[in-house]
Amino acid sequence: MAMMTYRQALHDTLRAELRRDDDVLLMGEEIGVFEGSYKITAGLLSEFGARRIRDTPICEEGFVGAAIGAAMLGLRPVVEIMTINFSLLAIDQIVNHAAKMRSMFGGQVSVPLVIRTPGGGGQQLAATHSQNLEVWYAHVPGLKVVAPSTPADAKGLLTAAIRDDDPVIVLENLALYNTKGEVPEGEHIADIGTAAVTRTGHDITVVAYSRAAVVAQDVARRLAEEGISVEVVDLRSLRPLDRDTICASVRKTTRAVVLEDDWLSYGIGAEIAATIAEGAFDRLDAPVRRVAAAEVPLPYAKPLEVAALPDAAGLTRVIRETLDATGFAG
Amino acid sequence: MAEDATAEGDALREYYRQMVLIRVFEERAAEMYTRAKIGGYCHLNLGEEATVVGLMAALRPTDYLFTTYRDHGYALARGSEPGAVMAELFGRTSGLSGGRGGSMHLYDAARRFLGGYGIVGGQIPPATGAALALAYRGGPGAEQEAVMCVLGDAATNIGAFHESLNLAAVWRLPIVYVIVNNQLGMGTPVEAAAGEPELFRRGCSYRIPGERVDGNDVTAVRDAAAEALRRARVEHQPMLLETVCYRLRGHSVVDPARYRSDEDNARARALDPVPMLRDRLFESGVLDPPGAAQIEAQAEQVVAAAVDFADRAAAPSPDTLFQHVYATPVANLNHALPGEPLFGSHSSHTGTGV
Repeated sequence: MAMMTYRQALHDTLRAELRRDDDVLLMGEEIGVFEGSYKITAGLLSEFGARRIRDTPICEEGFVGAAIGAAMLGLRPVVEIMTINFSLLAIDQIVNHAAKMRSMFGGQVSVPLVIRTPGGGGQQLAATHSQNLEVWYAHVPGLKVVAPSTPADAKGLLTAAIRDDDPVIVLENLALYNTKGEVPEGEHIADIGTAAVTRTGHDITVVAYSRAAVVAQDVARRLAEEGISVEVVDLRSLRPLDRDTICASVRKTTRAVVLEDDWLSYGIGAEIAATIAEGAFDRLDAPVRRVAAAEVPLPYAKPLEVAALPDAAGLTRVIRETLDATGFAG
Repeated sequence: MAEDATAEGDALREYYRQMVLIRVFEERAAEMYTRAKIGGYCHLNLGEEATVVGLMAALRPTDYLFTTYRDHGYALARGSEPGAVMAELFGRTSGLSGGRGGSMHLYDAARRFLGGYGIVGGQIPPATGAALALAYRGGPGAEQEAVMCVLGDAATNIGAFHESLNLAAVWRLPIVYVIVNNQLGMGTPVEAAAGEPELFRRGCSYRIPGERVDGNDVTAVRDAAAEALRRARVEHQPMLLETVCYRLRGHSVVDPARYRSDEDNARARALDPVPMLRDRLFESGVLDPPGAAQIEAQAEQVVAAAVDFADRAAAPSPDTLFQHVYATPVANLNHALPGEPLFGSHSSHTGTGV
C-alpha cells in the first residue's frame, strides 16, 4: 500500500495503462501542454508524446465522437471532459451512439471508450460549472457509470474501465482530487457493478457515492462516539447498480438514508429508495430519507451555495430524525 | 489500350448491374413496407444509384465506410448479401445487424461498412475518429487505408459536421466526406437551409479542398471519389466531395412529397440515372438491349430471392433480448422485463446480456 491523493492515483493509473498498451491514448482539452485543468495528466505529454496525449480543440461532440470511432477500430481512448457540465455538448454521441452501437449493430462492434469527467459543486463556480448530472448517464442501457470515492477505487475502477470493452463513464469530483488514502501497489482492478460496505454498523444504513461517500464516512465516525452505529454503503458503480448489497444492508439495519450531491427529484437517491422499497420493505422501520441538493441552479454567493448543497450536518440531522421516528434509544 | 477499353466496358456493365439491383431492391422494399413486412422508417436510394455505385467503385475493400440512414444501396454495392439486407428490413436474425438495427442501421463488419446512422450527421464524428485510428497506426502512403463518410446535404448545417472537419484538418486525417446533395433535407430546399448552398465550399474554413460532381454520372462520381481518396491516403489530406442528384420519391416511404411541383418531378425523371446510364451504354456499344434485359431480369430474380429469404428467416426470440447490450460482462446487470420484480429469478432470460 502507498499513501497518495486521488489525483495521483488517477495520474499513475493513466501512466501505467499507457505504458502497458499502445492502443491506449488520451484525448481532451488542455490535457497535454497545459497538463490538464486539474493536472491529472501532468507530465504525460513529455513522456508519451503528442500521438498518444492528444490535445483537442474545444468541441466536445467532435472529440467524444471521434474517440468513439477510434474505439470502433480497436483503440482504447480515454477522454477527459473538463467537467461533467460540458458533457452535455457531447450527449448525442454518448447516448445515441456510444451506448447503442454494439446492440444496434447486432454485436458486430464494441466501443472500448472511457470518459473521465469531474462533477461537483462547492467551489463557487456557479450554476453552469457545479452540476452533478451522472444520473443522466446512469439511466442509459449500454453505458457503464462508475463513481470512485477513494484513491484506491480511483485506481481500481479506472483500470477496470480502460480494460472494459464497453463505454464507461468515470465520474470524478472536484472536491476529491486532493483527498488522500491507501492505494494497493501493482495491478489493482476493481469490479465494475459492485458496491462496497465501507463501514459496518447495525442501527442505520447510509447509501452514498463519490464525494458523498467520504462525507458519510466522517459522519459515521462521529456518530459512533455517541453510540450510534452507522453502516455505509459506497455504491462505486451507478450502472450497473448493486441492489443486493444495498438491500442486504438495509434488511440488517432496518433504516436507510441516501446522501447524494445531485438534485433530489428523479435523482440517484430516488432509484435507491425504490430499490429498498422493493427489496427490504418488510424489514423497514422508517421511511427512506434522502439528503440531496436543493433544486436551484447553484448560485455563486457562498452563503447561498452552502445552503443549497448537502453536507455532513444535514446528513447527521436526517439520521437523528430517522432514528427518533422509530424510538431508537441507542 | 484495347484491354483498358474492355476493362472499362466490364466496369460499366457492372455499375449498371449494381444500379439496377438497387433500383429493383428499393422498389420492392417500398412494396414490402406497404404490405407491413417492414416497419419503422424506410429511406430509399431511388434516384441516387449513380452516386452510390460510383462512390463504392472508388472505395477499396480495405477502406472503411460510414453512411446516413439512407443506406440500403451502399450495403448492396459494397457486396453485402441482398437477402441479409432485406432480412434486416424485415427484422430477422439473419439480417445484416441481426434484426436489431432495421433499415436505418445496417452494418457489415466483414465489408468494413461501419454503419448506417439514424441521427442526422451522427456518423460524422465517429467516421473522423476511425480515420484517427488509421493515422494513429500508419503514416500516409498509397497503401494507407482511408475512411469515406457519406452524409446528406442537410447534415452540413449541424455542429458535428463543422467540428469533425476541423478535427480532420488539424490532425490531417485520411478521410473523404461525401455530401450526397439530393437537394432536399426532408422537404426543405438546400438554399433555404444553408448559408453557403454551394456545399462543396463549406470546407473552406478548414482549408479542406472541395469539389462538386454530377451525382447522376456514375463514372464522374467514381473518378472524383478516387482522386479524393488518393489524396486522403497519400497526403493525409481530408477531402470534401459533393455529388448532386435528386431523390425520385419522398424523404421516406410514407412521404408523398407534396412539397414538390410537377416540374420538379418531371426534371427528376429526365435526370433518372438508371436509364441515363443504360442509354449511354447503348450509344457506346458497351451494352445492347438484350444484355440490358438480362441484367434487369437477373436483378428481379436476385431481389425476389432476397424477399423470399427474408420472409422465411427466423425472427429473434425474446429470450435474446439482452444479448449484445454489453461486450464485457459485469455483475448486477438488470435483466428484468417490464413489470418483473427486481429481486428473485427471471426464469426465461437469465443470460449474461453479452
